[in-house]
Amino acid sequence: MARSQTRKPFKWAPVFDHTILILGALFMLVPVVLAFVTSSHSAVQIAREGIMFVPGSHLGENYSKAMFEKGGFTATIDGMVMLKNSLILGLGFALGKIIISMLAAYALVYFRLRFATFAFWIIFTTLLLPLEVRILPSYEAIQRLDLANTYTGLIVPLIASATGTFFFRQFFRSVPEELAEAARIDGAGPVKFFIDILVPLSQTMIAAIFIIMFVFGWNQYLWPTLITTDEGLFTLVRGIKQIYQTMIDANSIPEYGQALALAIIAMLPPVLIVIFFQSWFVKGLTESDK
Amino acid sequence: MAQVTLNGVGKTYPNGFEAVKPSSFDIADGEFVVLVGPSGCGKSTLLRMVAGLEDITAGSLNIGDREVNDVDPADRDVAMVFQNYALYPHMTVRKNIGYGLKNRGTSAAEIEAKVQDAAKMLDLSALLDRKPSQLSGGQRQRVAMGRAVVRDPALFLFDEPLSNLDAKLRNQMRIEIKALQRRLGVTSIYVTHDQVEAMTMADRIIVLNGGEIEQIGTPAEIYHNPASKFVASFMGAPPMNLIDAQLENGEIRMNGSTVLTAPSDQAYAGPVTMGIRPEDVVIDEAGSTPFTIEIVEELGAHRLLHGRLAGHAFTVHVGKESLANAGEVRLQIKPDAIRLFQPETGKAI
Repeated sequence: MARSQTRKPFKWAPVFDHTILILGALFMLVPVVLAFVTSSHSAVQIAREGIMFVPGSHLGENYSKAMFEKGGFTATIDGMVMLKNSLILGLGFALGKIIISMLAAYALVYFRLRFATFAFWIIFTTLLLPLEVRILPSYEAIQRLDLANTYTGLIVPLIASATGTFFFRQFFRSVPEELAEAARIDGAGPVKFFIDILVPLSQTMIAAIFIIMFVFGWNQYLWPTLITTDEGLFTLVRGIKQIYQTMIDANSIPEYGQALALAIIAMLPPVLIVIFFQSWFVKGLTESDK
Repeated sequence: MAQVTLNGVGKTYPNGFEAVKPSSFDIADGEFVVLVGPSGCGKSTLLRMVAGLEDITAGSLNIGDREVNDVDPADRDVAMVFQNYALYPHMTVRKNIGYGLKNRGTSAAEIEAKVQDAAKMLDLSALLDRKPSQLSGGQRQRVAMGRAVVRDPALFLFDEPLSNLDAKLRNQMRIEIKALQRRLGVTSIYVTHDQVEAMTMADRIIVLNGGEIEQIGTPAEIYHNPASKFVASFMGAPPMNLIDAQLENGEIRMNGSTVLTAPSDQAYAGPVTMGIRPEDVVIDEAGSTPFTIEIVEELGAHRLLHGRLAGHAFTVHVGKESLANAGEVRLQIKPDAIRLFQPETGKAI
């Protein structure tokens, strides 16, 4: 045994693999760590010395100011409100997308529509037309509907999802047809079948899409910037920008520490969502097999 | 419990394919009818039309004294057992069995009582809180049965329910299903491609081929008096020996020389296909027909002798006491062992 071990040639492959992995991890983590460390310094110090490599003494102050001090141009909004707005956007965006795309996929797969395949491809081609392409007409429509500066206007134009429809369609097609037939004989109508059978079966799919869409919605910047002029509706991602902006406009040193604190806070919910749903995701995979 | 009447029921798909030609038959109250045939013969389509999962494009279907052509599957008072069981994977056994009752607005207490009864009947009481993924194939099969039984329907429909089980379990479940059906006395339609299942379970068998009914009869009738070459070759293992021959003056000639006596009162003359069940011939020194044994299949309780009779492939079924080695023997074939079919149409003469 010992001999065979000594004979084994040294393997470079794992070393190589790990080098890449470690470099990748550092590449992702170092900026976050630096942002966190720097966020514990005062604005003046950061303005003078740039990025900091050792923790400073203003950690609590920066974070509490970022979260609880009314800021912005009109001084009506604090970090908590922005966090709330971001959560509403992220959740509304993810849940809206899941509901809309599940219903669309349900119609496409389980109902004998005349142009179901055609309709599906039409939906699919909208992948080529992301929000940025249709942003002017969308803005115009929301404006005329008087939905600017509302959560509805913020969320609804974004929730149609070709990706989600595609994923759910593929999943529904893999569900055995006999299940739908058994449910029909068991007296479950289309709505009951959807709620009692399909939704529980789709748990893992829903979790996966929720993760992706929540993070996507959370990070939206362009659309909220356009549609919300009322500071009470600002999201965290916009708030970070706002901190610099108002300070520069006011001719003072930007609150770099607070902005970085806000950035760190803005990173947390998506990370938590991923961690939480990942365990749930695995549980769903192992417990319910078809 | 109900009688089922099919009057010219047929299915033509929009692309013009006629899956089931107009078929008519009655199923008596409490009867166990098996639809059997090769894959693609339309037996499942016929069953699914009875269930309401497939539209009927011709004829009328009655369950009890109600025409149900346009009635929703849920309102036909039928229960169906699927080939892959179609259990709801996320529900426990208890919920799987009770789901149909719940949808019909039965009270929770009543559902629980009925589920308990059904579980007891099917030996599932200990498994009620498990999910389908934690059950064996046989247990899943029982749950599927429980889901049908609990509703106390007028009609049971079985779509190849045993084909996912291994051979041993299949034999056991076959008996269980039959016993359960006897006890409950519920009219049943059972679809299978396995002729052994058809023979052993059915009160009456309906043999389908190419979307058409070939024969309807009791297992004994079907076996002993097949209405066509197709039925003769499909039912029975090994199948009936079929040999093309010539019938003249009460004599059957094979390849000009070998002669057999035809069954009595045959007015027909000309080319025929002769059918002989492998077990209906006897090896006999004094027999008139030479038979060359080429391969002996040893099956324990009996043997199958495969060989040639007048140049045609032929199989003989003998008991284990009968000595059998490859070589030349003589066969005794009685006239009443012979069935005659028309060579072109395949119909019995």
